[in-house]
Amino acid sequence: MLQNDRSPRRRLRDNLLRGAICVAAATTVLLLVSLIGYIFMRGLPYISWELLSTSPSALRGTIGILPNILNTFYMILLALIIVLPLGIGAAVYLNEYATNRRFVAIIEFATETLAGIPSIIYGLFGMLFFCQFLGLQVSLRSGALTLVIMILPTIIRTTQESLKTVPESYREGALGLGATKWTMIRTIILPSSLDGIVTGCILAIGRIVGESAALIFTAGIGAVIAGNIFQAMSRSGGTLSVALYVYVFERGKFDVGFAIASILMLLVFGINLLAKFAKRRLSR
Amino acid sequence: MKIKTVTEKVMNTVFFACGIVAIACVVIITGYMLYAGLPAIFKIGPAKFLFGTEWASTAAEPKFGILPFILTSVYGTAGATLIGVPIGLLTAVFLSKVAPKKLANAVRPAVELLAGIPSVVYGLIGMMVLVPFVAKTFNLANGTSLFAAILVLAVMILPSIINVSETALNAVPPEYEEASLALGATKMETIFKVSIPAAKSGIAAGVVLGIGRAIGEAMAVMMVAGNVANMPELFTSVTFLTTAVSKEMSYSAGLQREALFSIALVLFCFIMLINFLLNALLKHKKGGR
Amino acid sequence: MKPIITSKDLVLYYDTFKALRGISMEIPEKQITAFIGPSGCGKSTFLKTLNRMNDLVPGVRVEGEVLFRDEDIFAPSVDVTTLRRKIGMVFQKPNPFPMSIYDNIAYGPRLHGTHSRAELNELVETSLKGAGLWDEVKDRLKKSALGLSGGQQQRLCIARALAVQPDVLLMDEPTSALDPASTMRIEELMATLREQYTVVIVTHNMQQATRISDKCAFFLLGEMIEFGDTEQVFSMPKDKRTEDYITGRFG
Repeated sequence: MLQNDRSPRRRLRDNLLRGAICVAAATTVLLLVSLIGYIFMRGLPYISWELLSTSPSALRGTIGILPNILNTFYMILLALIIVLPLGIGAAVYLNEYATNRRFVAIIEFATETLAGIPSIIYGLFGMLFFCQFLGLQVSLRSGALTLVIMILPTIIRTTQESLKTVPESYREGALGLGATKWTMIRTIILPSSLDGIVTGCILAIGRIVGESAALIFTAGIGAVIAGNIFQAMSRSGGTLSVALYVYVFERGKFDVGFAIASILMLLVFGINLLAKFAKRRLSR
Repeated sequence: MKIKTVTEKVMNTVFFACGIVAIACVVIITGYMLYAGLPAIFKIGPAKFLFGTEWASTAAEPKFGILPFILTSVYGTAGATLIGVPIGLLTAVFLSKVAPKKLANAVRPAVELLAGIPSVVYGLIGMMVLVPFVAKTFNLANGTSLFAAILVLAVMILPSIINVSETALNAVPPEYEEASLALGATKMETIFKVSIPAAKSGIAAGVVLGIGRAIGEAMAVMMVAGNVANMPELFTSVTFLTTAVSKEMSYSAGLQREALFSIALVLFCFIMLINFLLNALLKHKKGGR
Repeated sequence: MKPIITSKDLVLYYDTFKALRGISMEIPEKQITAFIGPSGCGKSTFLKTLNRMNDLVPGVRVEGEVLFRDEDIFAPSVDVTTLRRKIGMVFQKPNPFPMSIYDNIAYGPRLHGTHSRAELNELVETSLKGAGLWDEVKDRLKKSALGLSGGQQQRLCIARALAVQPDVLLMDEPTSALDPASTMRIEELMATLREQYTVVIVTHNMQQATRISDKCAFFLLGEMIEFGDTEQVFSMPKDKRTEDYITGRFG
């Protein structure tokens, strides 16, 4: 009496749906595994010390990606130095200062809008505004400034999230002891939201490492090593992702492309692990 | 005491300034897009520009019709959504409702990794694996096509759809599902008749987010779509709005260059439309219930 | 009269915690049986075991047996979905689906194969009438169920459960989230339900148990202390602990 007495149609539908769900999940996982597997298979054999430690030389006909590695590193450094004060400041303003709810809603809407704009638009805007209007030329600094706008929403969001977890009692305690608002923020709020800021940085680094469309018109594709970061700033410089595009699509050097892709994937692995680690600390 | 109040005032201003940076950026970007994009539209004529079916920017008698790009972007995005949404939604269901916790925790990082892969890497794989595969399977001289672009985009939007849909499914009150099970519904019936409908605005937000990503993607599409200004057909080389801009930008001049900014403006309008839609959906979700 | 549900030495663990310590009882057909006892005594857990809603809780393990019309509900051949169709449930918090009133009621019948418009209309009407809600909602059947008041929502949930025509209706503190007027309406409703259905109700409210139930079981710390006719349990309890509880000495 309590046996399954559902109609064959109903049972069939159940099994089909369950099957579809499992197939979909398996497809997603298989896609990832085969993507990564293929990239490593084609790319890892071409990663050599020479590739990593030299500049490309037209004379010898060799390719090296050291300039691109350095450019990626500079780009991360520059963009973070500029975006951190801005993003953290904005998050603090939203969470600690702003009283007008309407105004907060407008800022948050603006932030979400920025997050939705595709990189190619940022690339064009950066080219028009930073490179041409402000006269910064196609250079690492123009690229970094463009990236700043792109990753600003990420920094604001993660910082805001961790600011929200700071208990109200901390604030009351500090203000009750006669601390001014700024002192309270400097000594209590910011230190306790460090985890969120770090998470934001890691996510932003992931974004910078993978970015290409926004950088190609703003930072260019240069592959020459500058003396130091200050000299590099004002010159054109392609990051690893941009170099991948140029080598593969414009010069047909597929092996180099796969080698760079492997390096990018390793970076993505590392960044994801770090982000997870930071998030775990954040939730603790 | 005096110094303290001065510092306090200065910091107030500094934080306020940081707060309005985001607004300033949106305003400046919008302003610039209009400023750079509008002139060419009027020089060419809005109807001729938007509905012209021929793009020949470097011809002796240049033609600037971007209908092929618009349609390609729309078809490409629609195709990617058509493939990506079922797979993404069902994967989200798997993670949220079907998989044992341990398995779900093992699959979730895979989705995160998929989201972290740079677009140029998708483009590389598309170009080296997918394009030859398409050419061979469908017996084409050249595999760079709208179809190849659709497949690449479908994979690229998967993580957005999965993540947002899973969050929405997890937020469905368990009471709904209990009620359904207690009425003698099977687990699958409960998922498809109660959980998914209850999470529909969140799922819709995920889909819209995916659409936004697909329509704005440039590099990966550039590497697989062929970049010829054809009217879109599944197996011909095509140009998207994004790639129309990026492929000619480096060597463009004069009206051609201005027209590229106009294309970007059209793309920007699409994106803004999607942003508003997304915002409305998310707000509806927060306000609902 | 033959009992509809018989529990024999039922033991239930949440992981390592023993939540039920050997419950044996016979629940009579077409009567109202009430479970009373302090919070955490296992009465709700026991109720949810009867249609195996507890299966949803991770880490639950069961020993002993529960017979529904002589059939062990834990037997491997038993299909939980079929069991739940025969033993329906109404929850503590009203939980209508976010759909129209009509679709809420029609949800169960549609699953179980009723698709004709006329049949569904009739089922919706009889179920709503059965739950005493028809007159209040007949003009807005297509409106969202979430627009109803708490008491109306709970009666809708009862109607929804009735629409699949179960044999037994389990009610887990169905009035604890409601105001006194709505509570009274639901108590009146239960009195009419017992003509057709077996009702098992968990309640915190002892007056409610005396007002509505035929049989009453007292639970304490995972054990069933006493079970008998409601009148007897409340007027001359056999166990000292029952007496202490109903006279308000603890709980």
